[in-house]
Amino acid sequence: MVTWLLSGDKPRSAILAALLIVILVCLAGAPFLFPGVRSLETAATICIFIVLAASYDLLLGYSGIVSFAHTMFFGLGAYGVALGTTHLGRSFGALATGTLAGALAAAALAFLIGLFSLRVRAIFFAMITLAVASAVAVLVSQLSNITGGEDGLSYRIPRVLTPAFRPFDEEVLGIRFTGKIINYYLVFFSCFALFLVMLRVVNSPFGRVLQAIRENDFRAEAIGYRVVRYRTTATCLSAAVAALAGAIYAIWLRYVGPDTTLSFEIMLDILLMVVIGGMGTMYGAVIGATIFVLAQNYLQNLMGAASEATHSLPLIPELLSADRWLMWLGVLFILSVYFFPTGVVGRLRAGR
Amino acid sequence: MISQTRETEMSHPLLETEDLTVRFGGHVAVDAVTCAFDAGELTAIVGPNGAGKTTYFNLISGQIAASAGRVRLEGQEILGLSVAERCRRGIGRAFQLTNLFPDLSVLENVRLVIQAHYHNGLGLFSMADHHRDLIDRAEAVLERVRLADLAGQTVSELSHGNQRKLEVALLIALDPKVYMFDEPTAGMSVDEAPVVLDLIAELKADTDRTILLVEHKMDVIRTLADRIIVLHNGALAADGAPAEVMASDVVQEAYMGRELEDV
Repeated sequence: MVTWLLSGDKPRSAILAALLIVILVCLAGAPFLFPGVRSLETAATICIFIVLAASYDLLLGYSGIVSFAHTMFFGLGAYGVALGTTHLGRSFGALATGTLAGALAAAALAFLIGLFSLRVRAIFFAMITLAVASAVAVLVSQLSNITGGEDGLSYRIPRVLTPAFRPFDEEVLGIRFTGKIINYYLVFFSCFALFLVMLRVVNSPFGRVLQAIRENDFRAEAIGYRVVRYRTTATCLSAAVAALAGAIYAIWLRYVGPDTTLSFEIMLDILLMVVIGGMGTMYGAVIGATIFVLAQNYLQNLMGAASEATHSLPLIPELLSADRWLMWLGVLFILSVYFFPTGVVGRLRAGR
Repeated sequence: MISQTRETEMSHPLLETEDLTVRFGGHVAVDAVTCAFDAGELTAIVGPNGAGKTTYFNLISGQIAASAGRVRLEGQEILGLSVAERCRRGIGRAFQLTNLFPDLSVLENVRLVIQAHYHNGLGLFSMADHHRDLIDRAEAVLERVRLADLAGQTVSELSHGNQRKLEVALLIALDPKVYMFDEPTAGMSVDEAPVVLDLIAELKADTDRTILLVEHKMDVIRTLADRIIVLHNGALAADGAPAEVMASDVVQEAYMGRELEDV
């Protein structure tokens, strides 16, 4: 059963398996294990970024395609939900329609970009994605009557998914059970399912061909694989999953804006998650996204505390000041790339 | 209707090139080569370095676009087709420089070829390891080239000789109509080369196939070839039975130099 779910792709390292189980249990029990708005927010973000990073790994790690448009596809899904609920009203039907429309639009756009640029050299694809992503970001901030511009859009989602919904009068397992928790489990289970689907795809005959193309596209073509078709399919698939992640994010946040879904910063974050976790391993996306989101959310606090604790020493409190968290994140990144060039997962699998 | 189709197929050579030419700038690398290859035949292609042997291969398998001429497989023009499409029609190619999937296992390299050949569709949601038939076939091929013991090894860790064997294995796994070997034993040790040569001899016994072999070693050519063609400066300089071609003075002196002298 587990083998089937994981598509036969076992963690292949006891430590990695343990880490993954801990992450899974923590995320599955987050509302009860870590009550509080902020920790639930963090848990949901981790879930969504695991899917987003994994879908990027499908391109970068498994297919060897560098794309800078991944946040654009993420954004398409998010704006799909936002526009769907804005125009179709507050219903699950509107959410589903928006999600589906976003995913289809993402896949179609990816298909067009792929068709025009994947035939030629890989660097050309990277440049085209950069150009298209920038154009879309500008377009979204300019077309404010449709997209809300820089302010973004807030919208209403079905009441069952909001904090205002209280199905039980009494506390459940020590916490007040609200629609927000139902919403969290919607996020958790959709992300879990999407991750397993991607794990299946990379272990399918199709996934194996992607890896062959990454290794040696010349020979892949020579043994009869239509390389462009495989690369384009991978790009579409990855875009569609990114859009689904975006849609889930939009349902969770009840808000979309250029900064939360389209910014280039998020693009870099995804890249870091995949590289830190380990390219071409899927599980790397889980580890990378978890470390990264946790660091983003709690490194500041931790450093603030450390700064307090060392206030009597010279210089150190300055270095540990909470405002320096980005610098430390950078240091963390450089160290991890230096010591684990194959990512955390690659390192754990290699052993010792 | 059926018999008619068969008849047209029968009347064509398995593979033929007609005035096949490619120019790189002013340099004519392959110069109007017209040649036909029949099923059940092993043709050795010889000539000095830079004579256009590998380029001729590249034109047939599609890695290089021709400037002029035709290539027909069973009477069908294939020059406009992509590399992948020609491979699907039955043009199989092994490379002079080892050209494998270095970070994948030996078995996976062969399995990928088998999958290209026997698995229809993209197969997005099934597990690759559950397609037992593909794995069995791949293992059978490894058995044939005596690489079964190394199935689980990563290719980049193999010895040069074993990588050459795997190169041949990929071609055998493809099971094409036209086998093109480009110096299959180059860089192999004396005790490794016979395995590959025996395999080629075995393939020769299959009369549905034609084999093209670029080779420098005269002893190999002498034992395997039914026919020799000589390329010189991209053009066809001689074509005939081995004894005939090797004996001709023109070939001896002008085209082959010392290479044809007995080793």
